[in-house]
Amino acid sequence: MTHSKTITQATAITVRFAGDSGDGMQLTGDQFTDTSAVMGNDFATFPDYPAEIRAPAGTLPGVSSFQIQFSEAIVFTPGDIADVLIAMNPAALKVNLHHVKKSGLIIVNESVFTEPNLRKANYKTNPLNDGTLQDYQVMRVPITELTKNALKEHPLKLTEVERCKNFFALGLMFWLYSRDYEYTFQWIKKKFAKRPEIAEANIAAVKAGYSFGDITEAFNVQYQVKKASLQKGTYRKITGNEALAIGLIAGARLANKTLFYGSYPITPASGILHELSSHKHYDVKTFQAEDEIAAIGTAIGASFGGQIAVTGTSGPGVCLKSEALGLAVMAELPLILIDVQRSGPSTGMPTKTEQTDLLQVLYGRNGESPICVLAPQTPADCFDVAVEAIRIAVKYMTPVAILSEGYLANAAEPWKLPEIEKFEKITVVHPQKTEAEFLPYARDPKTLARPWAIPGTPGLEHRIGGLAKADLTGNVSYDPVNNQKMIQLRAEKIQRIAEDIPALEVRGAKSGQLLVLGWGGTYGAIYQAVDDLDKDSSRIGQAHLKYLCPFPRGLEKIVRSYKKVLVPELNSGQLIMLLRAQFPGVVFEGLNKIQGLPFQVDEIRNKIKGLL
Amino acid sequence: MNVDQPAQKPIFTKDDFVSSQEVRWCPGCGDYSILATAQRTLAKYNIPREKHVFISGIGCSSRFPYYMNTYGFHTIHGRAPTIASGLKCVAPDLKVWVITGDGDGLSIGGNHLIHCMRRNIDINILLVNNQIYGLTKGQYSPTSEFGKVTKSSPMGSIDYPINALCIALASESTFVARTTDTDPRHMGMILERAMAHKGTSFVEIYQNCIIFNDKAFGPVTGRDTKEDRMVFLEDGKPLIFGKDRNKAIFIKRLQPVTGDYDPVKTYPDILVHQESGVSSHHAYLLTQMRYPEMPVPFGVFRAIERPTYDALLQNQVDQAVKDRGAGDLKKLIYGGQTWRVE
Repeated sequence: MTHSKTITQATAITVRFAGDSGDGMQLTGDQFTDTSAVMGNDFATFPDYPAEIRAPAGTLPGVSSFQIQFSEAIVFTPGDIADVLIAMNPAALKVNLHHVKKSGLIIVNESVFTEPNLRKANYKTNPLNDGTLQDYQVMRVPITELTKNALKEHPLKLTEVERCKNFFALGLMFWLYSRDYEYTFQWIKKKFAKRPEIAEANIAAVKAGYSFGDITEAFNVQYQVKKASLQKGTYRKITGNEALAIGLIAGARLANKTLFYGSYPITPASGILHELSSHKHYDVKTFQAEDEIAAIGTAIGASFGGQIAVTGTSGPGVCLKSEALGLAVMAELPLILIDVQRSGPSTGMPTKTEQTDLLQVLYGRNGESPICVLAPQTPADCFDVAVEAIRIAVKYMTPVAILSEGYLANAAEPWKLPEIEKFEKITVVHPQKTEAEFLPYARDPKTLARPWAIPGTPGLEHRIGGLAKADLTGNVSYDPVNNQKMIQLRAEKIQRIAEDIPALEVRGAKSGQLLVLGWGGTYGAIYQAVDDLDKDSSRIGQAHLKYLCPFPRGLEKIVRSYKKVLVPELNSGQLIMLLRAQFPGVVFEGLNKIQGLPFQVDEIRNKIKGLL
Repeated sequence: MNVDQPAQKPIFTKDDFVSSQEVRWCPGCGDYSILATAQRTLAKYNIPREKHVFISGIGCSSRFPYYMNTYGFHTIHGRAPTIASGLKCVAPDLKVWVITGDGDGLSIGGNHLIHCMRRNIDINILLVNNQIYGLTKGQYSPTSEFGKVTKSSPMGSIDYPINALCIALASESTFVARTTDTDPRHMGMILERAMAHKGTSFVEIYQNCIIFNDKAFGPVTGRDTKEDRMVFLEDGKPLIFGKDRNKAIFIKRLQPVTGDYDPVKTYPDILVHQESGVSSHHAYLLTQMRYPEMPVPFGVFRAIERPTYDALLQNQVDQAVKDRGAGDLKKLIYGGQTWRVE
């Protein structure tokens, strides 16, 4: 083959793979991501898929998409809008067209743009011919036909051949972006080790797609994206759910404890249960409970028993767990609650992301029952947050909530692997019998934590429970003054955590016109927007809250150093409400989105421009 | 020495299991008998106090842990089996007890009870059944009889009652028993059996609520009536009852019926109790013997062996360690595809 094609250097590319739920788009995206990682690009991904497992083939609700931005520079988001869309059928085109930039490249599987498929996608006329795509570069590739041709010598059934078409598309994208296909070949061989004929067909499909790009004149430009200058180190691709699972195991190890995870399957948190249940040799016990209440109940029992206890769920599950969470507050037991937030209210949009459970997790219990609340800001950050949550829970004898997000749970980024040997051990001391009377609610003078005496310890027999407790003894008490004292002590205990966490850091201007203050998974989009608009860090500051209860030290001084504070949130303004209550006089401005989607960088950029 | 059997020379007395807390049940409450029997029973074993944990939900009987000088956890309504399950999973050497009632266990916490029993977690569940809500002052419970007039059912309850033991059998419980607060000796024997059993032991205890449902079980367990209306189950023996032990249970067309019994005769259709049948239909049939049509059975309805959840869970951890080696944290972090940036 002659290579008379132009090779163009690109700095960052956003690709969106879209097809039917059964077309393997998530897998195709994952393979493209892995290869980009191995080739040294920085990247961020965004799987966008329906709650239905397999909606009827070819229909709009059945469309599953996967977006990746890969770059020679550091990237913080999966890209606002795609440079390239691969649409495996008419429905995928219809659902995703608005995610493609004008004049962007759209590669369609022309083979399936048939009358019945167009009807299923609610197209009255064929968008390939009616001018719908006139603003885009369109490449019509009969992917299904070409895959069939390429595999006609392979001993597969027709349905199996058709299933290889995503690998043809992947091969074509590998060609377009000058990617090496060797990594994917290794993966295919391993994945289909028991069906070598399938492995060979998939490899042939990748090669066919690659060659198609190479020999087709219409594809006249090939792109290259150089290695990113990431910090020196060893990396792996990680999603938020994986990082949480690994972080929990690491935290338990650092505390010299086993890990117990009680959970009821729920989207988008189930991945944590799956991940943990495959690591039993790390002294991990997973318990798939009969419901959300049992899930937290078993975790409370395991905590009472002296182990690291975690329950994971999403928003609707938190509702069901709230009473038990209150019990953990009253019993003052260490417990980790993971809420991978999803779009609500009620069942809402289970696979879509949101930040709408902040107030629920902070206040959604009867009585006054404060707990510590942390929020990871990137997929990899979930690891650090999990370790930190365990540290705080056992040191302060309190439930700690981790507010993750559907977006973080499923999105992937490169993770610079930490040197775990350098992590500080988490010290846990269980009391033993002494001469003095054992007081289950006597407190550490510094942390206000009560002792974690575990059943089986001779001489420390005691009873705990949900009824109001007498100070020191923990015996049931209806004494009014004691009750207020205990409520204040528990609140004070949570506030003291602020002395034990890093002070809030500001990036960029330390005072002046505008601070952009966010929390959770909006970090990347905010970072990029601020970076784009304020290259010399002269006008805008950026701070991101990882600790939502208690707030970190220095927050008040920081917010009072700017004329305005912009608070972007994927809700109607929950953090901003807390900030306004706590820091009167500061001008807080919200940027709010509740569409089940993460912020686009452009949305934040535009808002900032309007405020400057 | 097997600590799971009563000791020949007990080192504890009942008082060792009495906590400093003042008992606050109504005078005459059946719970006093249950508490005393539990304390007496535990004292028979050379198992130290710290190895016992009593976990309860909400209700009158759920105050029980406060009065036991052991570890205890008074949790929230209906959820005691979940907390007990989690504890047993991480601390298999503890003796874990759940104290629940007909409202706590069969109404708000019914789901947990079912799943705890099917998993066969090695804990002992004492369900104190008084057929009424006591702590909320007298509403009908899921075991109250149809038509019961209470504060919340002035025209009579239109809820059909459920049978605790049927729930246990349907949940594949490996140990199902019934006893009564009026017979501490029998209760003590049943508690010993429950303790010896590996797996979930489910014990229904008929209990009298003197304030809101006094003498609910009187027609069965009352001093004057019990000989004719209670039948005690003994493994491998026919079901014989009556003051003169001259009546027995027979099976006619798959139905238990009562009939005259003469010890010198043989009866091909007499019902012989068998605790350990593969299927639970024998035990189920016994649960259908109700007052007033039939005498009510007490004792161990069913006792079979099945691996416990907590042991299976630990086995999987051990197996994983055996197959893959004890988890190395560095390997976990460096798992999957990695690449170097220089």
